[in-house]
Amino acid sequence: MLVLIGTLIIIAGFLLRFNPLLVIMASALATGLAAGLDIAAIIAAFGKAFNDTRYVSIVWIVLPVIGLLEAYGLQQHARTLIGRMKGATLGRLLTSYLLLRQAMAAVGLTSVAGHPQTVRPLVAPMAEAAAEAKNDALTDDQREEVKAFSAATDNVGLFFGEDIFLAIGSILLMKGVLEGYGYIIEPLHFSLWAIPTAIAAFLIHGLRLRRLEKRMMKEAGA
Amino acid sequence: MITLGFVYVLAGLTFAAFAFLGLRDRSNPKRFGNAAFWGLLAVSMLAGDRLGDFGNGLLVLALVAIAGAGQIGRAPGGDVALEIQAERAARHGPFLLLVALIIPAVALAGTFLFKWLPGLADPKQATLISLALGVLIALAVGMARLKPSPLLPLQQGRRLLDAVGWAAILPQMLASLGAVFALAGVGEVVGDLIGAAIPHGSLFGAVLAYGLGMAFFTMVMGNAFAAFPVMLAAIGMPLLIMQYEGDPAVVAAIGMLAGFCGTLMTPMAANFNLVPAALLELKNPYGVIKAQIGTALPLLAVNIVFIWLFAF
Repeated sequence: MLVLIGTLIIIAGFLLRFNPLLVIMASALATGLAAGLDIAAIIAAFGKAFNDTRYVSIVWIVLPVIGLLEAYGLQQHARTLIGRMKGATLGRLLTSYLLLRQAMAAVGLTSVAGHPQTVRPLVAPMAEAAAEAKNDALTDDQREEVKAFSAATDNVGLFFGEDIFLAIGSILLMKGVLEGYGYIIEPLHFSLWAIPTAIAAFLIHGLRLRRLEKRMMKEAGA
Repeated sequence: MITLGFVYVLAGLTFAAFAFLGLRDRSNPKRFGNAAFWGLLAVSMLAGDRLGDFGNGLLVLALVAIAGAGQIGRAPGGDVALEIQAERAARHGPFLLLVALIIPAVALAGTFLFKWLPGLADPKQATLISLALGVLIALAVGMARLKPSPLLPLQQGRRLLDAVGWAAILPQMLASLGAVFALAGVGEVVGDLIGAAIPHGSLFGAVLAYGLGMAFFTMVMGNAFAAFPVMLAAIGMPLLIMQYEGDPAVVAAIGMLAGFCGTLMTPMAANFNLVPAALLELKNPYGVIKAQIGTALPLLAVNIVFIWLFAF
C-alpha cells in the first residue's frame, strides 16, 4: 500500500502546479523508499531508465528545419493555400487530417506526422486560416481553441489508428502478456478488433469537429 | 549499418549547438540555466552509455534542479517580422511546403527501404533513423536554395526549443518514473485494490470495472502499456476471460483502446498533451486535454459496450 504514495504525489503535484520535473523526481524517490530501496539504488534505476528512453526526446532534431522554414514564411504560406481553397472549412480540413493520420498509423507510419513535424508548421496554421475564412474576427480564445483541436486531432488519429497495425508495440505487449497466461493469439486478431473502435473514434471526433466549426460561425454571426 | 546510435549523436550535436548559441544570447537573463540544461542533455545523448546508471541518475538530478529552480527561460523577441515572413512566403511558398514534406516523405520511404534492405540500417529502428535522415536532407535542400546565414536554422530551432523549455524532457522523465513504479510493484497494489472493489456476479459490472479501470489507471500512469498487464491480471483474466469465458483477443484489444481514452485525458501523457500545448504556445497548458475530453469520454463508453457485445 505504501508504494502508492508516489501516485498521490503525482496527482497532488500536478493539481498544485508545482514544476512537473520536481514532482516526478519526488514521486520516484518516495516510491522507491516506500518499496525499501536505498537512495543510490533509486537514482541509479532512474538514470538507467532515462538513458534507455532517450529515443523519446530525439524528435526535437526536427526543430532547426521547422525554424528555418518558419523564418521564411511557411506558416503564412500554409494559411494562403487554405485561403485559396474555396471548400476548405475548418471541419473538413481537420476531419481530412484525422482520416489521413488514422490511415497512416494503421499501416505503421506513426512517426511520419506529429506535433513538431506537422501540427505546428502546417495543420494548426491551416486550421486557423480555415476558421478565419468563415469568421474574420477570431478572438484569442477561439484561436487557442482551434490550435488545441489541431493537436487533439493528431492524437485521436494516432491512438485509434496505430492498433490496427500488426507490429505496433501495444499489440506485441498484448500478445506477450496473454501468452504468459497460456493463450496463443495471432496479432491479426488484435488488429481486427481495433477496427470498430477506430471507426467510432472517427465518427465521434469528426462530429465534434463539425460542431466546433458551427460554433465558430455562430459566434461570428452574433 | 546505421543504428539508433547515429541518431543519438545527431541529437547530441543539435542540443550542444543549442546550448552554445543559448550561452551567447545576452538578451536572455536565464541564458546560463538554458545552456546548462541543453548542454547536459547533449552529454546524455552523446555519452549516456558511458556514464553508468548512477552517473545518468546524477545527470537527471541536475536537470531537475535547473528546471525546479526556475532557471530556464526564453529571450524576448527574435521572431522574423511578419511582413518579412509574408514577403518571403510569397516568393518561396511552394518550395517551403516541399521541404516541409521531405521529412515525412523520407521517413515513409526509409521505413520501407530499410526493411527491404536490412543491411543498411537497423530495421527495428527504421522509422526513427529515416526521420533523422529526412531532417538532414530537408536541411540541405532548404539551405541550398534559400541561402540563409549558416546559423539561422540552429538559432531558430533553439528559440523554438526554448519556448517549449523543460517540458521537452517531460515525456522521457515520465517514462523513467514508470520504470521505478514497476520496480516498486505499484501496478500489483493498484490491481489488488481495483480487483477487490468490483461487484460480484454481474458480467456488465465486471466489464465496466475493467474498462473504467484501464482508463483510470492509464491516467495515473500516463500510459496504457503500464495499465494493461495490471488490469488484465486484476479483472480481465480472472473474471472476463476465465469466469465468463470472454474472447481474450477482444478483451485485450478493446481494453487497451479503453486505456488510450485515458491517455487523452491526463497530463501524465506529456508528449501528447502538454508538449503540444507548449509547442503551439497555448495560454492554457491543459488546453489540448480540454479539447480531447469530449471525444475521450463517449469513446470510452463505446469501448466498454463493444467489449460487452463482442467478447461474450
